[in-house]
Amino acid sequence: MKQTLTIGIGGAAGQGVATPGDIFAKIFSRRGLHLNAYNAYQSIIRGGHTFLTIRTGPEKVTNMGDRIDLLIPLNQDAMNRHLKLLTPGAACIYNADTIKPGIPGEGIALCPLPVSTLADITRNKVAQNTLAVGAGLSMMGIGFQALEQVLTEQFKKKGDAVVTENVEIARAGYEYASANFKPFAWPLPMSSNRYAVLSGNIAMAMGGAAAAVKFYCAYPMSPSTGVLHWMASHARKAGIMVRQVEDEIGVVNMAIGASHAGVRSMCATSGGGFALMSEGLGLSAMMETPVVVIDCQRAGPSTGVPTKTEQGDLWQMLGAAFGDYPRAIAAPLDIGDCFKVIPEIFNIADRFQCPGIVLCDLLLSEGRLSVDPKELDFAPVVDRGELITPSSASGGTNGDGAYKRYKITDSGISPRAVPGVPGHTHTAASDEHDEDGVLISDEFTNPTKRRAMMEKRMRKVRGIEAAVPPPLLSGPRDADVTLIGWGSTKGVIEEACEILTEQGISANQLQIRWLVPLHGDAILDILKHARHTIIVENNYSGQFARYLRSETSYVPNGYIRKYDGEPFMPHHIVEAVKEQLGGASKISVPAHEILV
Amino acid sequence: MATALVDPKHVTMSDFKGKVDPDWCPGCGDFGVLAAVQKALVELQIPVHDVVTISGIGCSSNFPGFINTYGMHTLHGRALAVATGVKLANHQLTVLVTGGDGDGFGIGGNHFLHTMRRNVDLLYIVMDNQIYGLTTGQTSPTSRVGMKTKSMPFGNIEAPVNPISLALAAGATFVARGFSGEQKHLTELIKQGIQHKGFSFLDVFSPCVTYNHDNTYQWFRPRVKKLEEDPAYDSAEWMAAMDKSLVWGDEIPIGKFFERNDVPALHEAEPVLNAGALLYHEPRIPLDIARSFVEELM
Repeated sequence: MKQTLTIGIGGAAGQGVATPGDIFAKIFSRRGLHLNAYNAYQSIIRGGHTFLTIRTGPEKVTNMGDRIDLLIPLNQDAMNRHLKLLTPGAACIYNADTIKPGIPGEGIALCPLPVSTLADITRNKVAQNTLAVGAGLSMMGIGFQALEQVLTEQFKKKGDAVVTENVEIARAGYEYASANFKPFAWPLPMSSNRYAVLSGNIAMAMGGAAAAVKFYCAYPMSPSTGVLHWMASHARKAGIMVRQVEDEIGVVNMAIGASHAGVRSMCATSGGGFALMSEGLGLSAMMETPVVVIDCQRAGPSTGVPTKTEQGDLWQMLGAAFGDYPRAIAAPLDIGDCFKVIPEIFNIADRFQCPGIVLCDLLLSEGRLSVDPKELDFAPVVDRGELITPSSASGGTNGDGAYKRYKITDSGISPRAVPGVPGHTHTAASDEHDEDGVLISDEFTNPTKRRAMMEKRMRKVRGIEAAVPPPLLSGPRDADVTLIGWGSTKGVIEEACEILTEQGISANQLQIRWLVPLHGDAILDILKHARHTIIVENNYSGQFARYLRSETSYVPNGYIRKYDGEPFMPHHIVEAVKEQLGGASKISVPAHEILV
Repeated sequence: MATALVDPKHVTMSDFKGKVDPDWCPGCGDFGVLAAVQKALVELQIPVHDVVTISGIGCSSNFPGFINTYGMHTLHGRALAVATGVKLANHQLTVLVTGGDGDGFGIGGNHFLHTMRRNVDLLYIVMDNQIYGLTTGQTSPTSRVGMKTKSMPFGNIEAPVNPISLALAAGATFVARGFSGEQKHLTELIKQGIQHKGFSFLDVFSPCVTYNHDNTYQWFRPRVKKLEEDPAYDSAEWMAAMDKSLVWGDEIPIGKFFERNDVPALHEAEPVLNAGALLYHEPRIPLDIARSFVEELM
């Protein structure tokens, strides 16, 4: 079992939960430790309850884990909600002036901080937070200097006095804890590695910059807004045109316009915004103008639960826009993969001149992960496909009729000239059209030509299939149980497999990254050797299970689903697997114990 | 490089002739708009491959298929959004957006409003026939109160939108109205609209001879009065333009209502485009800048 330490910080929105979280994250990553952070929050600017979980350790930390080692409640509500969930070996640091602890369980250390005697709380409203960070780091065996450095960086814009004040408060907490609280049994180690800490949204935005995206537009919508924020604040340095648009209909059409004129264009939204984009996806497909749309799933339907996660948009993506057309849909497996998937899907969209959809979710979009900077490749392969631009054009003549935008080819791909190239004028149409772009949808209706154009476009599906690798099984081939997941559940299923194996149940994992193309035959080849298969997904109806069955007729032995807005924790899966192997049920819906 | 057969410096009407002839009803006002656009482009000597004609859906939105330029026949109501993307990706192109009143003021109303306030450098020509034609005759956002259509057989009870007032209020920097029956005047307005740096709105009375029996050529002809013929009218005065936009009845003004040139077009206001049209930018970001992005996160 991997050694990790998890901190939980809880409080009302506006109480400053994020700052201590950022400080811990920075100190851990600079210490060469991996980390994973998840913030359970509500759609409220002030008040409510927010709970940030940061888990760290020397090896990759892929999910929030099952236990809290250090609880820092910033108010009574957070104490009341979380103290009872602590397990032996855990500690709770709290403001003894304002919070009553209640009775802790066996083996849980209460660490009260006399905040008003350690700091001048009339001057510093967040003194309790800073004291707690200092105290916590002392208990983890981390030298004070690391904290001093981070605080200095954080407050230097506000002047030396503010830096000194905060450093002194932190030191008071640190020293108080050294004298009064028992350190953790496992002091946090160090390594020479250095990691960047990314959210999935930042990763996808940077992935766009790496993929040579030149145009990004969006309408703000949680949990996708982080992509817009990164793009907007880095636009000038990165040379990316970033626009905030009036609605998602405008967004997708503007992105298609920019792409049509020759630059790589991207946009991001969540389920509701994507619904507005549907018709635009069809436009991209029919005009054969590539566009990449990121959908950061949140709990639905309708406005749903804006700050909670779900994998409930799969069928919307599969069915977006009417009619049949080629598309690619990828679900990144973790936050590092959020970066990598963008250049990959752009190459597919550009080569096959079709829409590409990145199916992310709140868990990745707003979660944070330590990533080795070496994995962030800013010079990936950029394959624009058969694109003719004013700079690349080998010439042509006006009006000679030689260029056919929608030329019928074996691959289904027709060379795409962008406006501005002499000799290649044509009309790109949302109506069905002939090879040269002339409409065949109304007066010129022609069944033979319509069929030929449909088949031309749909031939691209074969090419897309060949361009995308099939999924692979990880873990022992003859395992007792095979867990099947897609996208963001990779990390938590991986850890559940480890725990099950330790407990004597061997487990392997089939994680799906490309939803379209699915590679159903390769999946069946893997699954026909499996002893007991369970599909794990973050939705009510088993959207992936239904999709897999529709594509392959495959029916698994059981299902684990969760649709309460919170992500899976490893024990949810472990317990459900045991229940199902014992024959108790075929479908498990684990309850989320932590109320946030 | 092969040499172009046609010298781009001598563009003629035949260069702009589309692959197919328009399939509009005989007598449709849109023929006059097409001819005026072709004439304007010839007079301005703009090469065909530097023009993009973008439309939504409707009778008049079939326009891009009938002219030889780069064309986009997009979704109903979305032409302006697509056109904004095209212009921002390559602002060296001359962007024309063509469509009808239902496409622009009905389903596309939101984009109309926002494209104007953004001052995107393009010419938006609305062939306004006060009716839905391609769907065989329903009430449009510019149909007059009382007009009987298939969708309002007992007469329209909703007030029409005033496109000129709306454009002025939304901050359009060039606002004009033409009449398909006034070719020379219309051609001149199109030329001015193309040359204007910023959003140019041109509402054109383009009678539907099949479904609108109220607003016919015969109805418009005695009423339209050119603003250019009034020496006292100053199109730099926004308030005067707003006043004039409300004139409707026995006299209907056509011509340039308003123009201002002190507002930068969207592509001029965006520093990212200081380095030239986006299409010609170096695709990759320099590695030292990429490294600085990662360092922010460490």
